[in-house]
Amino acid sequence: MSDLTRSTAAALAEGLAAGEVTSVALTEAHLDRIDAVDGAVHAFLHVDRDGALADAADSDARRARGEARGPLDGVPIAVKDVLTTRGLPTTCGSKILEGWVPPYDATVVARLREAGLPILGKTNMDEFAMGSSTEHSAYGPTRNPWDLDRIPGGSGGGSAAAVAAFEAPLAIGTDTGGSIRQPGAVTGTVGVKPTYGGVSRYGLVALANSLDQAGPVTRTVLDAAMLHDVIGGHDPRDSTSIQQDWPSFTEAARAGATADMSGVKVGVITELAGEGWQGGVMARFQESVDLLVAAGAEVVEVSCPSFVHALATYYLILPAEASSNLAKFDAMRYGLRVTPEGDPSAEEVMRATRDAGFGDEVKRRIILGTYALSSGYYDAYYGQAQKIRTLISRDFDAAFADVDVLVSPTAPTTAFKLGEKLDDPMAMYLNDLATIPANLAGVPGISVPNGLADEDGLPSGFQVLAPALADDRVYRVGAALEALHADQWGGPLLDKAPVLAGAAR
Amino acid sequence: MTATRTEDLMPFDDVLEAYDPALGLEVHVELNTASKMFCGCPAVFGGEPNAGVCPTCLGLPGAMPVVNGKAVESAIRIGLALNCDIAEWCRFARKNYFYPDMPKNFQTSQYDEPICFDGYMDVDVDGETYRVEIERAHMEEDTGKSLHVGGSTGRIHGADYSLVDYNRAGIPLIEIVTRPILGAGEKAPAVARAYVAQLRELIVALGVSEARMDQGNLRADVNLSLSPKGSGTLGTRTETKNVNSFRSVERAVRYEMQRHAAILSGGGSILQETRHWHEDTGITTSGREKSDAEDYRYFPEPDLVPVAPSREWVEELRGTLPENPTVRRARLQAEWGFSDMEMRDTIGAGALGLVEQTIAEGAAPQAARKWWLGELARRSNEDGVDLVDLPITPADVARIQALVDEKVVNDKLARQVFEGVLAGEGTPDEVVDKRGLAVVSDDGALGAAVDNAIAANPDVADKIRDGKVAAAGALIGAVMKEMRGQADAGRVRELILEKLS
Amino acid sequence: MPEISRDEVAHLAMLARIDLSDAELDHLAPQLSVILESVASINGVAGDDVPPTSHALPLTNVFREDVVVPGLTAEEALSGAPAVEDQRFSVPRILGEEA
Repeated sequence: MSDLTRSTAAALAEGLAAGEVTSVALTEAHLDRIDAVDGAVHAFLHVDRDGALADAADSDARRARGEARGPLDGVPIAVKDVLTTRGLPTTCGSKILEGWVPPYDATVVARLREAGLPILGKTNMDEFAMGSSTEHSAYGPTRNPWDLDRIPGGSGGGSAAAVAAFEAPLAIGTDTGGSIRQPGAVTGTVGVKPTYGGVSRYGLVALANSLDQAGPVTRTVLDAAMLHDVIGGHDPRDSTSIQQDWPSFTEAARAGATADMSGVKVGVITELAGEGWQGGVMARFQESVDLLVAAGAEVVEVSCPSFVHALATYYLILPAEASSNLAKFDAMRYGLRVTPEGDPSAEEVMRATRDAGFGDEVKRRIILGTYALSSGYYDAYYGQAQKIRTLISRDFDAAFADVDVLVSPTAPTTAFKLGEKLDDPMAMYLNDLATIPANLAGVPGISVPNGLADEDGLPSGFQVLAPALADDRVYRVGAALEALHADQWGGPLLDKAPVLAGAAR
Repeated sequence: MTATRTEDLMPFDDVLEAYDPALGLEVHVELNTASKMFCGCPAVFGGEPNAGVCPTCLGLPGAMPVVNGKAVESAIRIGLALNCDIAEWCRFARKNYFYPDMPKNFQTSQYDEPICFDGYMDVDVDGETYRVEIERAHMEEDTGKSLHVGGSTGRIHGADYSLVDYNRAGIPLIEIVTRPILGAGEKAPAVARAYVAQLRELIVALGVSEARMDQGNLRADVNLSLSPKGSGTLGTRTETKNVNSFRSVERAVRYEMQRHAAILSGGGSILQETRHWHEDTGITTSGREKSDAEDYRYFPEPDLVPVAPSREWVEELRGTLPENPTVRRARLQAEWGFSDMEMRDTIGAGALGLVEQTIAEGAAPQAARKWWLGELARRSNEDGVDLVDLPITPADVARIQALVDEKVVNDKLARQVFEGVLAGEGTPDEVVDKRGLAVVSDDGALGAAVDNAIAANPDVADKIRDGKVAAAGALIGAVMKEMRGQADAGRVRELILEKLS
Repeated sequence: MPEISRDEVAHLAMLARIDLSDAELDHLAPQLSVILESVASINGVAGDDVPPTSHALPLTNVFREDVVVPGLTAEEALSGAPAVEDQRFSVPRILGEEA
């Protein structure tokens, strides 16, 4: 095979199956690529060279015995640092967990290991997944491979940048309000947020439990589908995990790649456009819609009036749940312990540790969440927000009664400059405007690269949303759009990304 | 450091002249499920520290809870036995507060949607029935256990640091909360005690908990307030914790009534606070003041889905309930042939179940009652422990009575057997053996003793020969003395009369 | 919508066990006011007739069998602890009520 790091995971799987390449060779190629470029990109917080190569060798041995565990056995992967990995540090991008090595694997991680995917390392993220730029990582920002002065999106900027910079063919992200899809959009990669309950949350360090969902971060829709088939399905350790058999998403993606959209009814969400939406992003969006129409889709405009309240609703529910989730970081059982002068009590140690161990954004949201849950405010804030979730779900129900999928731009703008919105939380929060409704209602969504904005030559993303449990539709429509654009461009969008100069980590 | 009383008390009778007490009881029942409330760790406290934990009950980042179905079943059965309604739909909630023995710094509990609500229990005190209304019974999890190191006593105050074992964290608890109990007046302490004792009996009959107060399987918090007599209002309450026996429940209520009354009558006001009961000195001391630390920021636990017990399931569980307590008491009284007074005393002593089990082990009803309400009640008072917590089983009591019936020991020796068993010397038979308590039925030895007694008391012997049989008592006493009590008095009398006839 | 005062932020920080410095309080209070003002827009949007949604998909009665399954060893449980003594988590002195 030619350049192993530029191959899709599906192609690598074929190469492994055909005996053209070994897992050790392609794992090593990616580790070398990480060595070469991650100094500039900083997608990884921890690289496990020895562990990944050992897993790769095991995979090759299995395959030689004819015991490969599935198509992706031997294809390496990067994992967002918010999922616990037995024996590998897990920090969630926070100082408070620096050096913590979990004694157990998240279910997603366990499934990756069972399927034989060597884990290259853990990827950078906004601290506890709070952010849209990865600038809130306590370990320094990740940079966008398209322009190293720009953000890679967030919170899962590390996973998106890792696949965009060809450091990994596959990655795992988590999406609470867009943390898989928005980084996908701004790095020209694919990201999928499955139906809530479709992928186990056991071992996913919770940000907002009722919104969090892990999912694939890849360069192609087919790769995402293949990965989803590995990590998805019921888990008895997660009470919110859906007990049902899922169709093959790989099949759905392959079917979509024929780019026949006849009989598919697509709804464009009225509310996700207008003021604050970058011209180039909107232009690319319209172009993609036109491609779908040309491929036979019927397109209508659909109004979801409650979506205008989604952002406010999200920023009440998330801090409330997060403030409680993050209480466990108290210096008693694991993680950082800061002991002030004198003879401090446990309470004083907790207070000092949490002040030193949490970054500004985390503190902002903990305080906000504490406020929203306080007696006297619960009904007005958290209670009210939970009701608006109902209204947003009703909007989705009404829309999906009429159309098969809903579409919008994934993010209102292309990647902004590092530092640009760091001290303006509200401006930062607006990045998630289009992605949040899906989390509030639990429906699945995908972001597919759909070109470069004229203003800045940076990638934009196209979001496809489907009804809960109908994740196959986002793969089908996403794969169709990907195929249509590939025809238009004569290859994948990432071929247009600048070549990263060697910058050792 | 022993807590000593620094506060004034009003004489109990005076309290009742001026005030009406309002009682409230919160009882935590630790379930005897095999596994914990939200994970598969063993629900057994003790053993090697921190060896009965997993990511979930240790609160590790990323871990998630899954509800133990058996614990839900036990909660529903407790609720049904307390005549509660069972929620058609309810959720768990997070109670947020920081404490080192709580791994997640929130307790997974239930808040405004308890699984059981609006029940009652009829409590008998001195032949009167008080209806205690149950506000709710809900599910929650226990915390870890801290050992306090340094300082002088191993107590939390003055400790240098603490060592935490999380084996207990996550063990299922059912918290049963009463509505304010009004109108008990002077009986308030007794009603509180009887409620907890009867509740324990119910829990034991349900088989859902070991329910040992001394082991912490059953923990009572006592709320008490006073209001001016006849005012019909509710005063400021205190919540007394660490009340670990029926007896202490009664004493704590009495103490708090007297303490409140002294403060109120002096023009002071009651501080709403948690207080701690001190078993050794019989007083309460101030704990934490209830202030904004009480803002628990409850919200529905997003990692768990609602519990919606089907009506079919609830009815099925209703079919597994033990006999209704009122019906049961009437049945037992008839079966045992107890007088009303005997029955009332048995219930009042918290001995109903113990007597029942002793009878089931073969003892006659009156014998079982006699031992539990006599010898053993005396011991429980002396030692300041509840009957049920005495280190003796109903089977032991039945065996001792059997030894009496078989004339292996007499009543007097039986008391020594009780003493031996309570002292941990072994089973009744072992105690008889080790202490050499069996009565001498060998007529040879006995005969010699009788001869000695006759020889030593010729005048008494003459009286008997003259037909004054009543005089035999003096000789029997002398023989028993020589035999150090180890003789059957009836047989001694027979021998004396034989020899002097 | 409510301004959130510096004192209120300090109180919330106490509840949340974060030892915010004066500088942090000065910095955070106005930011939180802006955020709160924005999120307060949802007040009154949903009427009393709208039921709250706590879970996107309405599952109920997800129960586990009451069986013991292996957990962590004590060594694993204590592996991340800042301080350990006698196989227990060693924590600074605890203020407050007696346990």
